[in-house]
Amino acid sequence: MQELEQFRQEVRQWLEDNCPLSQRQPITPQEQYWGGRRGTFPSEDARLWFERMRDKGWIAPEWPTEYGGGGLSDRQGQVIKEEMKRIRARTPLYGIGLWMLGPALLEYGNEAQKRQHIPAIINGESRWAQGYSEPGAGSDLASLQCKAEDKGDYFLVNGSKIWTTAADKCDWIFCLVRTNPDVKKQEGISFLLIDMDSEGVSTTPIALISGESEFCQTFFDNVKVPRENLVAGLNQGWSVAKALLVHERKLMAEIGSDSPRKVMAPNAAARQYLDFEEGRISDAQLRSDLVEYDMQMHAIALTHFRGFEEKASGVRSAAPLVMKYLGTEAEKTKSELLLAIMGSRGLGWEGEEFSSEELDALRLWAMSKAMTIAGGSSEIQLNVIAKSVLALPQPGER
Amino acid sequence: MSLVLNEEQRLLRDTARDFLAANAPVAALRKLRDERDPLGYSPQLWQQMVELGWASIILPEEYGGLDFGFTGLGVVIEECGRTLAASPLFASAVVGASAILLGGSARQKFAMLPQIAGGELTLALALEESHHHRPCHITTTARADGEDFVINGSKTFVLDGHSCRQLIVVARSDGEERSRAGLTLLLVDREAPGVTCRRTVMADSRNAANLDFDNVRVAADAVIGEAGKGWAVLDAVLDRARIAIAAEMMGCALEAFERTVAYLKQREQFGAPIGSFQALQHRAAQMQAEFELCRSVLLQALSAVDETPDQLPMLASLAKAKLNELVKRVTNEAVQMHGGIGVTDELEIGFFLKRARVTMQIFGDTGFHKDRYATLCGY
Repeated sequence: MQELEQFRQEVRQWLEDNCPLSQRQPITPQEQYWGGRRGTFPSEDARLWFERMRDKGWIAPEWPTEYGGGGLSDRQGQVIKEEMKRIRARTPLYGIGLWMLGPALLEYGNEAQKRQHIPAIINGESRWAQGYSEPGAGSDLASLQCKAEDKGDYFLVNGSKIWTTAADKCDWIFCLVRTNPDVKKQEGISFLLIDMDSEGVSTTPIALISGESEFCQTFFDNVKVPRENLVAGLNQGWSVAKALLVHERKLMAEIGSDSPRKVMAPNAAARQYLDFEEGRISDAQLRSDLVEYDMQMHAIALTHFRGFEEKASGVRSAAPLVMKYLGTEAEKTKSELLLAIMGSRGLGWEGEEFSSEELDALRLWAMSKAMTIAGGSSEIQLNVIAKSVLALPQPGER
Repeated sequence: MSLVLNEEQRLLRDTARDFLAANAPVAALRKLRDERDPLGYSPQLWQQMVELGWASIILPEEYGGLDFGFTGLGVVIEECGRTLAASPLFASAVVGASAILLGGSARQKFAMLPQIAGGELTLALALEESHHHRPCHITTTARADGEDFVINGSKTFVLDGHSCRQLIVVARSDGEERSRAGLTLLLVDREAPGVTCRRTVMADSRNAANLDFDNVRVAADAVIGEAGKGWAVLDAVLDRARIAIAAEMMGCALEAFERTVAYLKQREQFGAPIGSFQALQHRAAQMQAEFELCRSVLLQALSAVDETPDQLPMLASLAKAKLNELVKRVTNEAVQMHGGIGVTDELEIGFFLKRARVTMQIFGDTGFHKDRYATLCGY
């Protein structure tokens, strides 16, 4: 415990000495650095901050040093996160390579794959997209049809992937592909790493109700993928995908606290937009909705902490399995609540008549609708809880 | 780490679970109910609980206590919630003992706490005056008369009010009708002249009473803490009580839920176990998610009693409000998912439903605690 405390002091001092003041301000989407061959630093300070963190090994503090990680324990990694949060230090590098693929490769990748990809992720040299869902395979992910034919030293890939986040800016995509159509659907899937510059790969952005188009559809037309890009064994992709989903779910459950936009907390918005009488919000319904939301978030935050303490003490519980469901549902509730508190000021789509907070509130409200769909919809989460926590009998295969 | 039980606490929980399953199953409560037991609990069971040290878990060693902390008490009370065990544990060893511990004089502590630990002294808090929890709406008076106080008024929903030996009466010695200022806590023998006690038969078959005080005279040394300044002690005692009852509610909800999930796996309709139907699976899974939240809240609140008492008001209201909603939802679903047998008296699920309703009213319903939490948040 004392060692950890000493470590905390060192981290605090190092951050104080090395994190530029400009990198301790709330970040906007334009100021995020996502790396990759097409990635640019939004400012010289952002570059400096990234390079210092990279050289310190703190881009991925818990990953092994031989691949460019910091080689630190989970607790130490948590301390770094907490200390960064304390001074509101910006995340120096964003990316699902860092959040999702890296952890999966460390677990399932072979030595050559780790050496090729993990340092490139940490150094910001490669930006990754995820190729899971297909137009015909959403919640029923295992029914995916994107086909990879085994041609000996390469796979021939045909099909398409949807909801590939920012695929038009990515260098690589990790994909679930069908390598055996004749077995139980989960048993014929493989996990492939595909270079986006390969011949036959093309990408189109998709416009969303939020007005953004960060998601794309990516098409594969007779794309040749070298055999060494197969992760784990042939037809072993489903296990890798499951491991990866845990990381994605963890991420989505945490997304609210790390959101890059300047979202107001609903109780702060209440002070700005609602009438008070004798220190109380006059609108009884909104006051009741607000306190319910605040209590729920309090309970969710405590449950995050419990998950962490349980991990540290080697105790297993169902807490991590319910967090994606609770976190994303709460995020939707929050957005609805913010709009209700802001009234018509929360309905502005664009223009000078609305503050940036107001415009962001509306865009985030629209974006929040995707959170309970992506990464396993809320309904799928409930199926998982019913099956793996409550061990309820499964409905017959149809 | 406050959100994970340590080994000793887990051991205590397991011991309590085994003991209660063997000695105080739901069938024991049914028997007390059916026989219209005048005391409302088994003195033999209480004696065994005392011997296990349950009445002294939170008391410091100097008063004959185990000094095992509030979380330890919480795990025992949660287990009591699982079997709906009737005993003076909550009214006496939590509420009464906390009042003496937090507000009592040295003399009161040394005289009373060892007796509470030994089980021979049982207490009850006479607080409520209306059918809703309004802890400072007190019209019962404690009028100074020479060296004495004279108490007049009526109290309702006094848990263990008819079975305890001594009452802790919340009375007004000064101040406006709804003011926090001017409240006084006084010890009164239940058998004292002028005290009338009418037991109330409640839905949960547990103990509560209505009490009248007609010129009840007590000496000045019956005051707990300082006359007119009882609110601070009362508020802190109530928060401990709310967290402890939340622990009982967790046990009650968890047992009802586990029995229901077991039933979903066993009961077949349309040629399949009903637990394979998604309509029921999703509702069960949503309850599981709420259990996870409530577990974290409860553990944090229990540990805050000993570690961060300044956070108690918020955590107590969070815990009570959350557990109120959980136990309501879970016991309603337990009945619904059991179908027809769920509404029979033969099945024990009904006992959980009824106890849940009563615990939801004890020391603040959901509305009370939402309002209090919002006020503490500054809106």
